[in-house]
Amino acid sequence: MNSTTHAGLRIDLQLIADLVEPKARVLDVGCGEGLLLSYLQEFRQVDGRGIELSMAGVREAVGQGLSVIQGDADTDLAAYPPDSFDFVILSKTLQATRNPRGVLENLLRIGRRAIVSFPNFGYWRNRLHLGLHGRMPVTSALSYQWYETPNIHFCTIRDFVVLCQDLGLVIESAFALDGAGHRRDWDVTGGWANLMGADAVFLLRRA
Amino acid sequence: MSTHLSIPHGKTVQLGVDRPMRLDCGVDLGPFTLAYETYGSLNADRSNAVLICHALTGDQYVASPNPVTGKPGWWSDLIGPGKIVDTNRYFVICSNVLGGCMGSSGPYEVNPETGEPWGVTFPVITIGDMVRAQTLLVDHLGIETLFAVIGGSMGGMQVLEWCHSYPQRVFCAVPVATSYRHSAQNIAFHEVGRQAVMADPDWHNGDYHRHGTRPQRGLAVARMAAHITYLSEPALQRKFGRRLQDRQSVTYGFDADFQVESYLRYQGSAFVDRFDANSYLYITRAMDYFDLAGANGGVLAHAFRGTATRFCVVSFSSDWLFTTAESRAIVHALNANAANVSFVEVQSDKGHDAFLLDEPEFHQTLTGFLRSAAEQRGLPRGPVAAAV
Repeated sequence: MNSTTHAGLRIDLQLIADLVEPKARVLDVGCGEGLLLSYLQEFRQVDGRGIELSMAGVREAVGQGLSVIQGDADTDLAAYPPDSFDFVILSKTLQATRNPRGVLENLLRIGRRAIVSFPNFGYWRNRLHLGLHGRMPVTSALSYQWYETPNIHFCTIRDFVVLCQDLGLVIESAFALDGAGHRRDWDVTGGWANLMGADAVFLLRRA
Repeated sequence: MSTHLSIPHGKTVQLGVDRPMRLDCGVDLGPFTLAYETYGSLNADRSNAVLICHALTGDQYVASPNPVTGKPGWWSDLIGPGKIVDTNRYFVICSNVLGGCMGSSGPYEVNPETGEPWGVTFPVITIGDMVRAQTLLVDHLGIETLFAVIGGSMGGMQVLEWCHSYPQRVFCAVPVATSYRHSAQNIAFHEVGRQAVMADPDWHNGDYHRHGTRPQRGLAVARMAAHITYLSEPALQRKFGRRLQDRQSVTYGFDADFQVESYLRYQGSAFVDRFDANSYLYITRAMDYFDLAGANGGVLAHAFRGTATRFCVVSFSSDWLFTTAESRAIVHALNANAANVSFVEVQSDKGHDAFLLDEPEFHQTLTGFLRSAAEQRGLPRGPVAAAV
């Protein structure tokens, strides 16, 4: 998924950015080198902060003038007080956390809203790998072998919807991305999105 | 062996003249002197001032040659025309700390009431006192809000103290290789250094100026011990290993057979030529007493309540004197206030000293942080138009 928009942003990040209100207080958890944050600061005038696990990413982001700390979603969200942010973004990071449920709870404690994107393990290509070949999926989107992957908590779109229900979270909007990275407004609670969506993006709030 | 340090002064200012300054120990001090250097010019709206806070044995010569040693300023890699802290753009201030021995009031200077050097009759000072004295200097220079306060090690403690006690006066802050409180291990090392000084018969209970002596051996040992804590095991191994000093084999004696011994002896003897032993006692004590969490009911987060300052916290991976864990505790305390904070741990095997050395990752971080903060502050990119 290397295609970019006119602003040079990866399409999945652009779709997330479109959900963020201008001038909002934003925390991007797992912000990498700060691509989304710098876009949001420039085009949405947000007050943006980031957390990134890799020091290389942090140095790059801070070197660009972004407010980013080295840390991780499992341990570093707890320090923030409730309602610190209007939006907390977790982009393709949930599956790499040790305690996704705790992380999700924290996102919606410190943020009024959370935007969560993740690769859908129920995507048909993944099912094909597992169901037909009997092997763990290795695709361009999930490019790691099982023994070296940082992605330790995969879920399907359906699994995620159930977790949101368990946590009493409201799905304000949600959509899937097809294999080409295009937004598809299928019903995310349905089987089709769970089969055809390579990724999913959820905008959540507390009940 | 000369019995007096010969220390020329640059700029000095008398402070606490109208009203003495109340120290944390309860003593009223005043008038007192701060020696300082400035670089660049203050802009018309007085918004481009950067205060640099020096470390334990540092001084005000941050970006100009040290008149005692003749060496370049201790952060001249960072600060100067066209450099990261660009003196064409910023007005940089650096003062010798209260208690220091480079022209600011301290045990080495003469007590105006007695006409004799203070020695150990100088009141015990704290990091808070150092910073309070700096606020008077900043007042004297006509500056309300500092654009940035930057410092490493004990300088970083002063940065944190500024942000705690005078948050409205600090737009952005860069505490480097520092901690919010001195650890038990660090207090222990300082105590070894102080005991070395005090065990030297030339110390004379701090009254050595009267006896025409200086506790040079004790101070040199203190410096040698401290110097080890500024390095790292890999750095020492790489630099010296077990190599011998100008000889083919060990001498079965107590000469400096090993290069590392020779190096430490040199560090010790060079230090006593530029530093006062009593000053060393006072400043190490000030660091030991520093505890920003303790001063806030044990909750560090309370030290930064409601702060609007932008922070850039920097640590170095091999620094075992002021560890990354301590920097991270500062970051968590700032996060608890939803403060604007960046945090980078620079990969380096050079130990605590790395903050003074050429570390590109640190410099890249500081460049980006200051550029962004200057934009937020509305400082123009080009050279400053000086105030009249």
